[in-house]
Amino acid sequence: MKLTHLLTSAALALGLATTAVAQDKTKVGFIYVGPIGDGGWTYEHDKGRLAVEEHFGDKVETVYQESVPEGADAERAITQMALQGADLIFTTSFGFMEPTIAVAEKFPNVKFEHATGYKALPNLSTYSARFYEGRAVQGHIAGRMTKSNIVGYIASFPIPEVIRGINSAYIHARKVNPEIEFKIIWAYTWFDPAKEADAATALIEQGADVILQHTDSTAPQAAAEKAGNVITFGQASDMGEYAPMPRVSSIIDNWSPYYIARTQAVMDGTWQSQQVWQGIGKGMVGIGEITDAVPADVKDEALALKAAMADGSYHPFTGPLKKQDGSDWLAEGEVADDGTLLGMDFYVEGISGQIPN
Amino acid sequence: MLKLEKRPQPSRLWTWVTPLLAVVITMLAGGALFAALGKDPVEAIATIFWQPLFGEFAFYYRPQLLIKGAPLILIAIGLSLGFRAGIWNIGAEGQYIVGALTGAGVGLAFYPAESVLIFPLMVLAGALGGWVWAMIPAVLKLRFGTNEILVSLMLVYVAEQLLAAMALGPMKNPDGMGFPGSRNLRQYDSAHNAELITGTGMHWGVVAAFIAVIFAYVLLTRHSLGYHIRLTGQAPRAARFAGVRPARLVLVCLGTAGALAGLAGMFEVSGPAGQVSIDFNVGYGFTAIIVAFLGRLHPLGILLAGLLMALTYIGGEIAQSNMGLPAAAIQLFQGMLLFFLLAVDVLTNYRIRFAAREVA
Repeated sequence: MKLTHLLTSAALALGLATTAVAQDKTKVGFIYVGPIGDGGWTYEHDKGRLAVEEHFGDKVETVYQESVPEGADAERAITQMALQGADLIFTTSFGFMEPTIAVAEKFPNVKFEHATGYKALPNLSTYSARFYEGRAVQGHIAGRMTKSNIVGYIASFPIPEVIRGINSAYIHARKVNPEIEFKIIWAYTWFDPAKEADAATALIEQGADVILQHTDSTAPQAAAEKAGNVITFGQASDMGEYAPMPRVSSIIDNWSPYYIARTQAVMDGTWQSQQVWQGIGKGMVGIGEITDAVPADVKDEALALKAAMADGSYHPFTGPLKKQDGSDWLAEGEVADDGTLLGMDFYVEGISGQIPN
Repeated sequence: MLKLEKRPQPSRLWTWVTPLLAVVITMLAGGALFAALGKDPVEAIATIFWQPLFGEFAFYYRPQLLIKGAPLILIAIGLSLGFRAGIWNIGAEGQYIVGALTGAGVGLAFYPAESVLIFPLMVLAGALGGWVWAMIPAVLKLRFGTNEILVSLMLVYVAEQLLAAMALGPMKNPDGMGFPGSRNLRQYDSAHNAELITGTGMHWGVVAAFIAVIFAYVLLTRHSLGYHIRLTGQAPRAARFAGVRPARLVLVCLGTAGALAGLAGMFEVSGPAGQVSIDFNVGYGFTAIIVAFLGRLHPLGILLAGLLMALTYIGGEIAQSNMGLPAAAIQLFQGMLLFFLLAVDVLTNYRIRFAAREVA
């Protein structure tokens, strides 16, 4: 173990020495799980990368690798970027957590940032967005607009991130519509247009007239458009090409300010390991334009909800709330703590079905 | 006028020249593709083929070639036996997954006990898991005459669902805050398939791949079973007269392929990958089919083909991140390799004649 360490650091010192000479630019690397043209998750991260380039101009060089499989291949891709002299590397998918840790331990002088994970090191930060705030807005609009009272939800993987979104959307839909019912399909993918389209069609056939998605492609939008009279929301990206119908609004991930700030910190030598979780207030979560397909009063309510979350006066997980099994979770006025939210593995009361296990 | 004339028997020379020719044509066509994308074709090709072997960071990439190539070789060797006998196991990916699950399952069951016996047990479990998964199409074929291509392929999707279920359920890391994925076996010494010699990339899976190559070579050239396999592929009728029992051959070929794929999965999950996760499998089982054919179904050929494939993967990644080439262009490049190989294969079985003489 020790020998490994010695050898790698010797080799790295060698590698760094040769590259450091020619380097006055800050090199920022990005590891993407999907193609940059996915129109959703990776697309928005890449927009963040381009924003870094635009903001710093000649002072930075950015590199990226797309469609990196999660696992052993990711470790090589990240190592490779570190070897090529990257100063700061963003790994933008949950599945990159273990590989990022492994590489970060070998390159103590390179800064790493891992999106949506929970393991940090002195040279590895984690960052994520409070997407559940956006889900609250979606839930509200869905609850007000549905006629069949059935909301279809295309979920990706049963992880806390996704479960949180379902709960948040459900709580706010039920608040305005006690008759609401959620039908959830687990697609077990982040990006698979064919599967997502199938899921959307199946949900619509089961009577859903609102489709919420936690997958990244626009296929569900296309399926809803074909069915007609079904509303959807853009996921991760605005998906504005489907506005004003079926897409009536969207959750937009806006990574640009964060990426610029962290690059700046590396340049200034002030970069420190941190674990951040930002929401609508800091601009990491954006709500895409609410179209005219939404009645004006519903739109106003949605915007008010958004504003209340932005200024911190309202938290989407405020009691009284019970868990699905009927046990008490939050008392009247009590707000969920981040720890519980980060590890959320239960549905709130009223959602039928079980989280796959 | 060019005319194709069938050779009396496949040319031995061309059998070995065509793979090289295919690589050269792939380089040319790939270069044109990269040029069309606005990248320097020479630099791109050099990055893919030169950088991993002799570039500035070759000390890191060379071991990676073994890590990436070993599972491909291990699986392809198993597949090649069946392919030679006309038994088409397309589901190595599924056998790879199940082997990883059974292997990791044994390791995780013992956590946190430390013992030198745990790893050998995991190896056995991995091989057994892959073997069992391959026995499903084998037994169905023998009992009900089902098509092993379809059954083995469909079982890949079943295995993927099983993998997701395991990563989210029974094998989920209890300390993982509800996130999917098992414990990291690399942090559990008794179950860790570590490098045998630091910095070489040599782990037990690489050793197993080399052993498999040698065994397959001996089997095919010296053993009666190898003779039966070759005979069945070349002349099924003659094989039956020679006393080959097809049922036994199906069991042996599918079983061996399954066990080797299972081993590859087990070595991967306990080493380079480290944990059972939803996206653990990345297509080694399918790529190995290409490797098997690129290597002419010959053990030594497969060894070289596996390393070449690993080279295009690793070099391709370098080209992506250094030159900003899209991932799809690299995949296209790899696809061309098989495509051109199949295309120039015609030279093995046919001779090109110039027919102009007679006209004049």
